Amino acid sequence: MGRKLLIEHVHVPGIETLEVYRSKGGYASVEKALKTMSPEAVVEEVKKSGLRGRGGAGFPTGMKWSFLAKPPGVARYLVCNADESEPGTFKDRYLMEKIPHALIEGMITSSYALGAHTSYIYIRGEYFYVARILEQAIEEAYAAGWLGKNILGSGYDLDLYVHIGAGAYICGEETALLESLEGKRGNPRIKPPFPAIAGLYGCPTVVNNVETIAAIVPIVNEGGDEYAKIGIGKSTGTKLISASGHLNKPGVYEIEMNISVEEFIYSDEYCGGISGGKKLKACVPGGSSVPILPADLLLTTANGDKRMMTYESLSDGGFATGSMMGSGGFIAYNETACIVRSTWNFSRFYHHESCGQCSPCREGTGWMEKILHRLENGHGKMEDIDLLWDIQRKIEGNTICPLGDAAAWPVAAAIRHFREEFEYHVKYPEKVKDPNHFHKQSFISSKQSVTI
Amino acid sequence: MSTKKIEFNPETLALCHKIMKRYPEGKHKSALIPILHIAQAEFDGWLSPETMDYVASILKIQPIEVFEVASFYSMFNLKPIGKCMLEVCRTAPCWLNGADELVAYLEKKLGIKVGETTKDGMFTIKTVECLGSCGTAPMLQCGAKYYENLTNEKTDEMIENLRKENKQQTYTAY
Repeated sequence: MGRKLLIEHVHVPGIETLEVYRSKGGYASVEKALKTMSPEAVVEEVKKSGLRGRGGAGFPTGMKWSFLAKPPGVARYLVCNADESEPGTFKDRYLMEKIPHALIEGMITSSYALGAHTSYIYIRGEYFYVARILEQAIEEAYAAGWLGKNILGSGYDLDLYVHIGAGAYICGEETALLESLEGKRGNPRIKPPFPAIAGLYGCPTVVNNVETIAAIVPIVNEGGDEYAKIGIGKSTGTKLISASGHLNKPGVYEIEMNISVEEFIYSDEYCGGISGGKKLKACVPGGSSVPILPADLLLTTANGDKRMMTYESLSDGGFATGSMMGSGGFIAYNETACIVRSTWNFSRFYHHESCGQCSPCREGTGWMEKILHRLENGHGKMEDIDLLWDIQRKIEGNTICPLGDAAAWPVAAAIRHFREEFEYHVKYPEKVKDPNHFHKQSFISSKQSVTI
Repeated sequence: MSTKKIEFNPETLALCHKIMKRYPEGKHKSALIPILHIAQAEFDGWLSPETMDYVASILKIQPIEVFEVASFYSMFNLKPIGKCMLEVCRTAPCWLNGADELVAYLEKKLGIKVGETTKDGMFTIKTVECLGSCGTAPMLQCGAKYYENLTNEKTDEMIENLRKENKQQTYTAY
């Protein structure tokens, strides 16, 4: 049984209230930081912890914090990215809904470390009811003196607000999020300058994911060195994984980053195996933007090592034979799933969510969606597969923000690993006209199937 | 559709001003999206040009600044909708667990297609992208509420309850 640092008390009745949260040791990190540590000392602990951004990019949090410019007389901001919209990801919603004070505590301790006196939690509009839960918790925290003026007599002031979005995946990109928070369309900004120099209202700003902020609590409480002892290599600490798709026990799991993918899928402690007594066919291990892997490469790297649930192991082999940890949105596909249909579904998503600023993304995502739609419905040609490859190549790296890459990678990986299946759709148009064409007779090449 | 005057009552207007104060002096445009949510909930679940102009007047910004934002975000309806907009998640994790079947069931039950509203103005079906409920698929959102792990029976029950409630379902929970 792995250690749980974030959701250990998730099943304690009343944990959403300040009283119960306090009884489980809540807000200790605020007391420790404000009473005994300088802001710089908090940043130092975060650096030592090796914590990496949990939103998807995996950038070291301590380093991101240390880039924050501190010109005198200029406000600095901490903005929490709660715009969780990456398909397959629902861990932040779970954390905020079940233990709202964990995020608020993390926001206070982190704001103190960064010298921010006003902080915002930008939450996606669809999570309106979660925003209400957070607002109630914030009210409780103000009433008890954890927020507001002169917190714990330390002289430190902080105001914390929830800001609600209105439905736009792109606002998870940090500069689009800041535009949206300023009351504009969510068009990503050209970088540099990075938000650490010119972010919200042109002021130095740090944007961190919900889970990243929540992880600051155990890091301050136990020390960065202790936190770094969990996990393997540069994958320190615990990670929340949102498991979905064809699994017996989908849901949110907190894992120590030292277990294998195989254990995560098949052990009863976690997902409990593939649903319906079927075989695992493929998996998108880190949210829709990361490359899909066939079962064999998911469980074992190209070098023959057991693949682990760590940043390094999941990306072992690069895009040729690996994938990414991403946001930890773990989507499993059994043998009845059609990879062409899944890829079309994702392309439709990116086309819908492209903000329209950059032509390669605005146009390219639509072209990919159309071509995949005709392939999936039995109207495709062999050249379409190469055309798709060509389009995704021309989107990747040619856009202001990473949405272009995120739209290109799933298409590239699907063709790379499942070309046979694309060709099948061209060769047997009659067979693929039924949308559930692989339900009766699965399509799974021998090298892709794994029996456990 | 109601013909009520596009104007907030004093309490709602006070709430808008309270929200505007969350942002630094001169940066009150930040309150645009929260206030548009309030306006949409207040005025029949959609943003008419009159409603958008009214929001512009509260924030003292140009109407075009409101429209360019309202037209960007998928949760803002620029056309009238039914009292209950059933927003079915269609993205892959939900698709793997029966989103297409859920849409087909709703279409058959309500006698309308995606994007249409029932004649009595009660229900609109819309398909939306990932709502962050992938582990409890298939699901849909109606107003602020998530209906998860939907079966035909649970869908029937939900429809029946929404009919009984017979009110505009909105996101706003302020």
